Amino acid sequence: MPHLAVLRFPGSNCDDDARHALERVTGADVRFVWHADSDLGGAGGVLVPGGFSYGDYLRSGALAAQSPVMHAVRAFAERGGPVLGICNGFQVLTEAGMLPGALARNEGLAFVCRTVTVEVQRDDHPLLAGLRRGQRLRLPVAHHDGRYVADDATLDALEAEGRVVLRYLPAADPDGNPNGAMRDIAGIVGGRGNVLGMMPHPERAAEALLGGEDGVPLLRAFARAAGVSA
Amino acid sequence: MPEFRAVVHVMLRRSILDPQGRAVEGTLHRLGHAGVGDVRVGKRIELTLKGERDAVLAQLRQVAERVLSNPVMEDVELELHEIDGA
Repeated sequence: MPHLAVLRFPGSNCDDDARHALERVTGADVRFVWHADSDLGGAGGVLVPGGFSYGDYLRSGALAAQSPVMHAVRAFAERGGPVLGICNGFQVLTEAGMLPGALARNEGLAFVCRTVTVEVQRDDHPLLAGLRRGQRLRLPVAHHDGRYVADDATLDALEAEGRVVLRYLPAADPDGNPNGAMRDIAGIVGGRGNVLGMMPHPERAAEALLGGEDGVPLLRAFARAAGVSA
Repeated sequence: MPEFRAVVHVMLRRSILDPQGRAVEGTLHRLGHAGVGDVRVGKRIELTLKGERDAVLAQLRQVAERVLSNPVMEDVELELHEIDGA
């Protein structure tokens, strides 16, 4: 059975959480891959974790996107391998050009750290297996640069192609859009549908004792897409 | 070989809301600077490059547009000055 890779950049800080959560809910063998490595070691799936890679210098994710390991991740994704980017991982994937758009400074200026409600937009997608369209998930966010932006043509294409997979409730809801993201976008898929980037943290919602389990289906779906029989 | 000092100015595109600029503007207004408006916050990045001018300019464009800025949300303006005596 393939193992799962969790990338580690200088400044990653959700890497251990991601490994713990993946091991716990999928039983997978999870191994770290250092940003300077150019080899994913035969992993079946790659998780790009949250944190502040390279201190968020220049732009969030900008320097990490240029690291050696990202060349390997890009090639892996082009072969159809599943890639899950969470928070800073989502920023890294957009900066690497593996997902369209960008994550800009939160509209409200504050670093937001709270639980939000997101709505699943698809029910036929491998990286959302086990979830239904319209299902609401309570997931933590913790970011300063989480406002998804793209030009109208890109946004329209994402919508038309069903690539907006997770959407915040509207900002009018107290648990809604926390950052001013265009069209309330919380997560999108790219590549051949095998690359998912999302701002909320499913790995922080993987144990009832720690406040919720709504992230579990996303982690399981990722592991299953990677060939791990969770 | 000629040496150049380059300055790269990075600004959020007009179409992208600049919350930092808006916050700075609000503070300036609170301080009584009523006529201040359209505050926008950007970045200035300096670097030196060596080579012939055409090659240096091409390299600078590549660096500025692919790494130093994100064209999805930012615009760049470039300055290139030859360093005397280099």
